Amino acid sequence: MAEMRYREALREALREELIRDDRVFLMGEDIGAYGGSYAVTTGLLEEFGPERVRDTPIAESGIIGAGIGAAMGGMRPMVELMTINFSFLALDQIVNSAAKLYYMSHGQINVPMVVRMASGGGSQLAATHSHSLEGMYAHFPGLKVVCPSNPADAKGLLKRAFRDENTVIFIEHTSLYGIKGEVPDDPDFIIEFGKANVVREGTDVTLIGYSGSVWQASRAATMLEEQEGISAEVIDLRTLSPLDIETVIRSVKKTNRAVIVEDDWKFGGFGGELSAQIMERAFDWLDAPVARVSGKDVPLPYNRNLEFAALPSEEDVVEAVLAML
Amino acid sequence: MDISKETLFDLHHRMVRIRIFEEEAGKLMESAKIPGALHLYVGEEAVAAGVMCNLSDQDQITSTHRGHGHLVAKGGDFKKMYAELYGRSTGYCGGKGGSMHISDMDLGMLGANGIVAGGPPIAMGAAFANKYKGNGNVAVAFFGDGASNEGAFHEAANMAATWKLPLVLCCENNGYGEFTPQANHQAIKDVADRAVGYGMPGVVCDGMDAVAVYEAAHEAVARARRGEGPTLLECKTYRFFDHVGIRGIGLSYRSDDEVMEWKKRDAIQAIEKRMIEVGVATAEELAAVHDRVKIEAAEAIAFGEASPWPDESTLLKDVYNND
Ligand SMILES: Cc1ncc(C[n+]2csc(CCOP(=O)(O)OP(=O)(O)O)c2C)c(N)n1
Ligand SMILES: [Mg+2]
Repeated sequence: MAEMRYREALREALREELIRDDRVFLMGEDIGAYGGSYAVTTGLLEEFGPERVRDTPIAESGIIGAGIGAAMGGMRPMVELMTINFSFLALDQIVNSAAKLYYMSHGQINVPMVVRMASGGGSQLAATHSHSLEGMYAHFPGLKVVCPSNPADAKGLLKRAFRDENTVIFIEHTSLYGIKGEVPDDPDFIIEFGKANVVREGTDVTLIGYSGSVWQASRAATMLEEQEGISAEVIDLRTLSPLDIETVIRSVKKTNRAVIVEDDWKFGGFGGELSAQIMERAFDWLDAPVARVSGKDVPLPYNRNLEFAALPSEEDVVEAVLAML
Repeated sequence: MDISKETLFDLHHRMVRIRIFEEEAGKLMESAKIPGALHLYVGEEAVAAGVMCNLSDQDQITSTHRGHGHLVAKGGDFKKMYAELYGRSTGYCGGKGGSMHISDMDLGMLGANGIVAGGPPIAMGAAFANKYKGNGNVAVAFFGDGASNEGAFHEAANMAATWKLPLVLCCENNGYGEFTPQANHQAIKDVADRAVGYGMPGVVCDGMDAVAVYEAAHEAVARARRGEGPTLLECKTYRFFDHVGIRGIGLSYRSDDEVMEWKKRDAIQAIEKRMIEVGVATAEELAAVHDRVKIEAAEAIAFGEASPWPDESTLLKDVYNND
């Protein structure tokens, strides 16, 4: 075990995968000489050379397409999109090709590609630069969607992503790059997809989050315990697709209450899907309707106070829990 | 082409306004008085000034993430701009847009754009409306060398040429897309070469010379107004500062020598030298322009800083127009 930051854990995973498998290569805008917008790939160009760590033009559709074609040609590409916001420009390649080719070709074509992108608001970069689209990607059959909340998960899940035969959308929250945690240094350390993590055990209510929102849920759980004597269980979904609904249902059957926390817009968001599945599977155990604490349904504003009000906070989670007890 | 004294003063004034607006905004960002990320236009003033001197308030432009200079050159109000950077209710967007998303429909400024190459298709659509209405107005899309690699630019160029739209595609080639030098992101040296593939003229001009930009843009705009279709106008320029913020030298991806070479060609110094040499202005007159703009900036900053925050009730407003 070693203590490292989220970004360093990601870098370690990329390094180890580049060493393990010579079909792996990385490409993206400013990932090489500059070391990446969030300094994840720093040093990898120097270590592995420009054939394996490639700077690209600003051409999101082109570079995702290149990843798809390279994967079809037997490579194991990792494409970094600077931020999830710019993935809209590549959406056709991701949705119409990467997600569907295996099915459409009757299993002839698979696209083992890892697409990394940074997600989330909170930095006053305003509406075009603050999206949370994890749920949108989970909507598309054929894609796997991974969103780690801490350094160890970042490494274990990213290494797992390179071992998948499908396209994995790997989403990193911008607020997490600097956080530290213990990370196993075993080069075979991987975390399986579809295994949620019970971050904290509790008996009165289940708080469910993913990516950055796991932290709001965890802080809310501490506040609930210290201020209200309420015992909250916190679940980190880790991957939205595949979804570990069993762990969620087990918890809800124990606590009889569920609050879903996510940065994404509420309308049509992933929380709605999760809430429906809980209702379908655990209706008789619920003592209150499932609650959602989400981002407001607005393009994210620039002003600090408005942006803060638009995003979910731990206080909002506490309030939602108190309202259902 | 004979350049009038008025035009020289106009070009100079627009450039000085950009320079001072940006330097002051940069200082406010560095001292954490204004948040977010500012992509400053210092060094590239001749492009915005040279183009905008050919446009009326009815002509439209689309801008970029590096957009302050375009709006300033089109006559943008310092007060509303600084207030927006401060995130105040009195800003151009009521504090909702911020640096990368400022617009001013009264000036035909259809918006800065946080998405690289988001602008060209929109400007092309505005040009389409101009042609449809037969109003004689022209649209100009500003975009970078980096943006010229995005599909959106190519789609806009092709449609504009096919439909002979009154559009100028103005590439501000500052040699870098973020931290990647042009040679590493495209195989050509002149973005203007791409024009040939779409059937429109491609023109290269010195983007450090406001008069050269003015003249080249004059022809491109006139051609558009005559109904002869779009032009790809490439201006070779340089940003004196980093991609974001005000630090200019000591950067890993470009040499200080390179920065110094370009700074020798500072467009404001160049036009001042020329104006004095040809006898249309004295050094004192030109210094007075700087002084006046400094006062304009200081007053606008004070206005921005003193303005109220947006009310929280505005958060949910304006998602739809329910008029
Ligand atoms: C679609 C998209 N991809 C990436 C980015 C991140 N980004 C912002 S500015 C920039 C560089 C743009 O280069 P260029 O077009 O040359 O403009 P310059 O910054 O040099 O003025 C990049 C990659 C973005 N905003 N939008
Ligand atoms: Mg550029």
